Amino acid sequence: MTQVNRLDGGQIDTDQTTTFKFDGKTFTGHPGDTLASALMANGVRLMGRSFKYHRPRGVLSAGSEEPNALVELRSGAHKEPNTRATTIELYDGLLAKSQNRLGSLQFDLLAINDKFSNFLTAGFYYKTFMWPAAFWEKVYEPIIRKAAGLGSLSLKDDPDVYDKGFLHCDLLVIGAGPTGLAAALTAGRAGAQVILADEDFRMGGRLNSETFALGDQSGADWATETVAELKTLPNVRLMARTTIIGAFDHGIYGAVERVSDHLPASDVGKPRQILWRIYTKRTVLAAGAIERPIAFENNDRPGIMLGSAIRTYANRFAVAADQRVAIFTNNDDGHRTAKDLHAKGIKISAVVDVRPNIRRSDDYEIIQGEVVNTRGRRGLTFAEVRLADGSERILECGALGMSGGWNPNVHMTCHQHGRPTWNDDIAAFVPGGTLPPGMIVAGAANGDFSTAGALTGGVETAVIALKDLGFEAKRPALPQAEDAPINIKPFWYVEGCNRAWLDFQNDVTVKDVKLSHQEGFRSVEHLKRYTTLGMATDQGKTSNMGGLAIMAELAGKTIPEVGTTVFRPPYTPTAIGVLAGRHRGKEFHPTRLTPTHEWAKEQGAVFIEAGNWMRAQWFAQPGETTWRQSVDREVLATRKSVGVCDVTTLGKVDVQGADAATFLNKIYCNAFAKLAVGKTRYGLMLREDGIALDDGTAARLTEDHFVVTTTTANALPVYRHMEFVRQCLFPDLDVQLISTTEAWAQYAVAGPNSRKVLEKIVDQDISNEIFPFMACANITICGGLRARLFRISFSGELAFEIAVPTAYGYALIRKIMDIGAEFGITPYGTEALGVMRIEKGHATANELNGTTSAQNLGMGRMVSKKKDSIGSILSERTGMNTEDGLRQVGIKPLDLNDPVPAGGHLMNAQGPVDAAHDQGYVTSACYSPNLGHHIALGFLKDGGSRLGEKMRLVSPLTGVNVDVEIVSAHFIDPEGDRLRA
Amino acid sequence: MHDLTPITALGDTEPRVTTYDHITITENDGLALASVAARMGQEAACHAKLKDLLGAVPGPDKAQLHDPEAGFWMGPDQWMIGAPRATHEMLADTLKTRFGDTASVTEQSGAWVTFDVQGPAMEDLCERLCTVPIRQMQTGDVRRTVIHQLSCFVMRREEVDHVRILGPRSSAETLHHALITATASVA
Repeated sequence: MTQVNRLDGGQIDTDQTTTFKFDGKTFTGHPGDTLASALMANGVRLMGRSFKYHRPRGVLSAGSEEPNALVELRSGAHKEPNTRATTIELYDGLLAKSQNRLGSLQFDLLAINDKFSNFLTAGFYYKTFMWPAAFWEKVYEPIIRKAAGLGSLSLKDDPDVYDKGFLHCDLLVIGAGPTGLAAALTAGRAGAQVILADEDFRMGGRLNSETFALGDQSGADWATETVAELKTLPNVRLMARTTIIGAFDHGIYGAVERVSDHLPASDVGKPRQILWRIYTKRTVLAAGAIERPIAFENNDRPGIMLGSAIRTYANRFAVAADQRVAIFTNNDDGHRTAKDLHAKGIKISAVVDVRPNIRRSDDYEIIQGEVVNTRGRRGLTFAEVRLADGSERILECGALGMSGGWNPNVHMTCHQHGRPTWNDDIAAFVPGGTLPPGMIVAGAANGDFSTAGALTGGVETAVIALKDLGFEAKRPALPQAEDAPINIKPFWYVEGCNRAWLDFQNDVTVKDVKLSHQEGFRSVEHLKRYTTLGMATDQGKTSNMGGLAIMAELAGKTIPEVGTTVFRPPYTPTAIGVLAGRHRGKEFHPTRLTPTHEWAKEQGAVFIEAGNWMRAQWFAQPGETTWRQSVDREVLATRKSVGVCDVTTLGKVDVQGADAATFLNKIYCNAFAKLAVGKTRYGLMLREDGIALDDGTAARLTEDHFVVTTTTANALPVYRHMEFVRQCLFPDLDVQLISTTEAWAQYAVAGPNSRKVLEKIVDQDISNEIFPFMACANITICGGLRARLFRISFSGELAFEIAVPTAYGYALIRKIMDIGAEFGITPYGTEALGVMRIEKGHATANELNGTTSAQNLGMGRMVSKKKDSIGSILSERTGMNTEDGLRQVGIKPLDLNDPVPAGGHLMNAQGPVDAAHDQGYVTSACYSPNLGHHIALGFLKDGGSRLGEKMRLVSPLTGVNVDVEIVSAHFIDPEGDRLRA
Repeated sequence: MHDLTPITALGDTEPRVTTYDHITITENDGLALASVAARMGQEAACHAKLKDLLGAVPGPDKAQLHDPEAGFWMGPDQWMIGAPRATHEMLADTLKTRFGDTASVTEQSGAWVTFDVQGPAMEDLCERLCTVPIRQMQTGDVRRTVIHQLSCFVMRREEVDHVRILGPRSSAETLHHALITATASVA
């Protein structure tokens, strides 16, 4: 198809031709076109279907405020729905498809909805689908969900790459129109670090859309020249194709840069978009303004556009919206459009102005009146006009420009709860209230609509901002520019209209607003939610004001009395992918590897994530077909001879200082002050409320030096807690803390032969006499490598934990395996670790679950009354110390073939099974290969005096009902002889 | 002498070097590290010893690039001291002897992975990684920051195109991956 509506001139490169497809049909355009301008150049007006009524829709605007021309872009996994044709930069091979239709765009079967519009008004879904109730979930909701939405997702992983980045500047200028360019030029020449960002791919803003001159050159040429100078300044960063999406705390702005959306595909490894976090000291908001439509009957037909957009297409893109255009206006801007189009040879059917006494034109007809209706099935053909004397005229036109005045782009001023204020002179809201700190608004965004005002405003705001920062900025010489006053008669909708569109994207009409008022939803927030006005992805950029004006009239209030809803980030729709950046899939969060990771993989380790660490769960050996086989083998081998487990992941905190022992006395409920040097002690930390926080050990290496261990998952919270206590609760103590979790590789060597293994490498005597249970020491191994040795046991066996600097961890595990070979040393993972600690009755995170106290854990006597410690006072609360309080117990099945599943609840042997008769619950369960049956730990009311009692373990949800016996939690070696051996 | 051979944070026997036209990423495995924290009431004495060791006491966000020992500020009255591992394997012990009761000293050699990032695109790369104001930082400036959710130190070195990044050793692979992908982005 030829470009029937292409004009001469514009800022497109007609020397080159690009080919693209829309709905399978091939078209041509030129570099510099948007998809919308190229389609219009080819005579395509129908680009989509509306959200609810599936009415034919074409382009309304020429910018990111576009509510109508939404398309699906690209194909396959790269497909992106709801993209605005008005912002899509044309490239060769571009593939776009219309959306929200059943059948073709021309013959959308769901257009039937329009015939039932009386039933589909605002809030219809609140009033219908009420009966029968059962139909809601199975019938109504699926149908509504299928019909709702606009474009469709590919349902495939997004194959594109997205980056995040961070920038710093003295001055961020948002918008590169005349205001922004003037501000950036002023600041750039002064030597400030400047970022100038604009969502468009061509800087210049409205200067590219207008024909008036700046000095002796066109506005577009002045913009080009200014941008060229800014490019030469090393302190200025120009960011085209970059949308500032939000103003956040502390001078931080979010920005999305579209790096390769204008290319057929991103280069390998290169991002499609970047989410920048911009840290700025000052901001000039030069975001311009958006023109308003006017509501009249059937004002949504393809061809009916904002007047300024028609001007943009003609002047910038060299595209005629149609060969015959009418204008409907309430201000002088509509006449500017007519004048520009006429100059390009486009027939002006008439300019319809609601104001009386408008100066006539020799070139085209100017009528005082209102457009009351339009005709045209899939595009505008005629406009019906009611003249001031009441008579009617029919205007033949293929395009109709609506000029209802301009709304300053105040969005960014509202992101931190600034509330705009009303300005009667321009009949619009302007920035007001508390702006984000450091922000100054200038130009059209501040309600200053003339070009001269924009240029001056840009310069002056930059000067003010820079002065704050200590820069002396010189004012650049500005060209003489258009400085027309604003002549506007507020006019929002044509009297008597009903199906007159306010929100084009969400299909909200004047009638809907009236209905909302009639049904009592009169607050602006209620209006928004009842009608969905302004709730589409365009955030009501072209619709909110019309709705507010009508509600104000119906309520007998002024528009500022009705108020506005709150603008929130992001300013324009933002891909979820760019918010995620590189953090997706296995890169969603960091991975932590112990130094034995590669070795463990060689041993057949199956890993599990624990606090980002990859920990070996078990080591599958040839012939083992289930995890239980591996775990049973590891447990039996360890208890029989010796096993080794990587416990590098346990949190380690170095505690030093003259008051280190006093500090530990504060954070642990049990006593540490008198712990001897060379000894380790189990410690229990309580929260302020007396509930158990974490447990671990503290080893006293010297008088003023302890090493505290925490559970893997709680390493960070415990360290944070300790720092809080040190810095805020006891700042008078001489204590220094630093995490050493990463610094040491640590292995548990457990089992009756563990000492024999370690004796081969430890350079010191570690006999039971010299190095008894709970001993600790700085040692050397293998003839000189510094190491730490702790005689502690989680398994209940004779056991040690040996630590070396991390770099040597890999060599040490191989060494231990070599020297342990004669004892059949067996690596074991977290599952075997868990089995052995349950057999021994040791509590862990399952038991320290945020609801349990020292009393519950059977450690009530550990809470020392001889000293004050965090949580000790509140642990004495009556409710936490009842006679029948929960106590940790062991549980075994009466029929040894039965499992005792975790999560099951304990009930008396006789009586009802319900929550009211709940006696306790199972926290940890496993199969004990040593005992040959399942065992469990749990909490039971008054558990300490119920040993031997027969009970039922039930889980009504999963159908579990097992007869069990309450036993000691210590299934293996209750006297502790093994670990003291 | 023991016979245990150390490995690098990336799990190799030799430091990994990844070279592109615009960036070279070198795993620096040759650093011994130890933290020094002044004891309460001993701050002045600790500072004096620190000055004696480094030539100056690094203030907030600053490093003292000194040879053979260098150091940077980590927090109030807390510094990280580094030196060549080949000559300072027992750095923590040496420092403890030197500082005595004026400071708490903790070995940190195994806790960190160090990458030297150098090349003409270094600043562009840093902008994709973390929030440090890399273009405003001067030689010897240090910032604690977050890279790919990892707490890291970023230090500008003597050469204008050189930055040193210290991150948690256990996440060396993750950090290296982040550096590599960001390098590809800014190519």
